[in-house]
Amino acid sequence: MMDDKIKKEIKSKIQSSDIHLFMKGTPLFPQCGFSNTVVQILTYLEVSFTSTDVLEDEQMRDAIKEYSNWPTIPQLYIKGNFMGGCDIIKEMFESGELKEELSKENIN
Amino acid sequence: MTIKEIELKKILTESFPEADIKIDDLAGDDNHFALTIISSKFRGMSRIDQHKMVYDSLGSKMGNELHALSIKTQIP
Repeated sequence: MMDDKIKKEIKSKIQSSDIHLFMKGTPLFPQCGFSNTVVQILTYLEVSFTSTDVLEDEQMRDAIKEYSNWPTIPQLYIKGNFMGGCDIIKEMFESGELKEELSKENIN
Repeated sequence: MTIKEIELKKILTESFPEADIKIDDLAGDDNHFALTIISSKFRGMSRIDQHKMVYDSLGSKMGNELHALSIKTQIP
């Protein structure tokens, strides 16, 4: 079970930034191909985002899986809402839905 | 720990007997798979819920025996 402290930490991360990515590694040095794909997509769309490196924090790595009820990393949040992992983000990018979602939320 | 493609297919077929399931072993190491699953069960569900349904069928295998799984869900 995740404690309240880490739950608050997750909430503050996903609410303090329009786009937040839980990933392995950093945007400059992704440590996994799936995380890298999402970073490349966000970079291509020229949107700014914050990120959390779950490899730096084992507790966070488990907690975010429980919080999102999603077993894998990366996980993308837009305006506090869970959007999906690498496969979903890639599909949304390719179909243009991701761009639509971002403009709907007034994120440029 | 790894998982054989045939074993993965068996687990998925049990949960999705109606589905068209395609699995590619990407690296030939029993550890990196691309899965396409076409099922009428996904109708009316969000993509997130569709993927969750696939993850649920795999249970604790995901992240343990199965490290990298790329999922594509489709409705027939």
